[in-house]
Amino acid sequence: MISCSEAVQQLWDYLENEVAEADRAAIEQHLAFCRRCCGEVEFAEELQSVLASAAEIELPRAVERRLTSALDGLDSERSQAQATDHGGTA
Amino acid sequence: MVGPHLPALYGLACQLVGDRAEDAVQEALVKAFRKYEQLEDPGAIGAWLRTILLNHVRDTVRRDERHLDEIPVEQVDDTRSLYRRIADEDPLPYSDTLHLDFLSCFSVPDVWAVLDDLPDHYRTPLVLVHMYGVPTREAAKALDVPLNTLLSQLHRGRKRFEQSLWDYAETNDLLRERDGAAP
Repeated sequence: MISCSEAVQQLWDYLENEVAEADRAAIEQHLAFCRRCCGEVEFAEELQSVLASAAEIELPRAVERRLTSALDGLDSERSQAQATDHGGTA
Repeated sequence: MVGPHLPALYGLACQLVGDRAEDAVQEALVKAFRKYEQLEDPGAIGAWLRTILLNHVRDTVRRDERHLDEIPVEQVDDTRSLYRRIADEDPLPYSDTLHLDFLSCFSVPDVWAVLDDLPDHYRTPLVLVHMYGVPTREAAKALDVPLNTLLSQLHRGRKRFEQSLWDYAETNDLLRERDGAAP
């Protein structure tokens, strides 16, 4: 049976499915009886949610305007190229 | 179709290349338009754009930067987790849900401030994998390092992030404010 500190060292990798099958089984065996390490798992999951929820930053207006205008430019270039292709093959 | 993905792309680029983010996103968009026919599943356009941005950053913007493999390995104390520290020090004595309440003290700008203080070689893998959900193999490829290097930087980065959350909460009185609000 692995110790709490061995389990805790691997918890995030466990949550990311980055541990070997034998290690996964050892961690799950430990979690089955260790309440404190179950709390560690729940906390690590919550910490991951905190990180994921901070992913989308508000796009500064000026940046949004420039990127949208670049997108429009690319879109019209593509439409023109398609029109030329179709004209050439017609 | 691309517009709704701009905030996430820009946020990711900010983390990867700082003030060169806008240029990086724009150049990635140009590449995406050129290879638009290669997009097999329009429903997966977000992940597809993210991969193009990651490849662009790896191949151009970060080419001259220090490689993750060259960063000396730093020992981190991974015997005491943040979970354990919160339980031991009990910073919110009125709380019945101590650990969740600790995390809820952090606003989104607080989380960014903590991340911004981490060294780049810890922050980048953490942001890619845990914030933007990039699979570890794709993140290793994007950063041009073996998977094992990425995983070990991720491990150290998470420990540093946990330590920094605690330090930030103390330095900025987040816990006292929260505790003071309790009955």
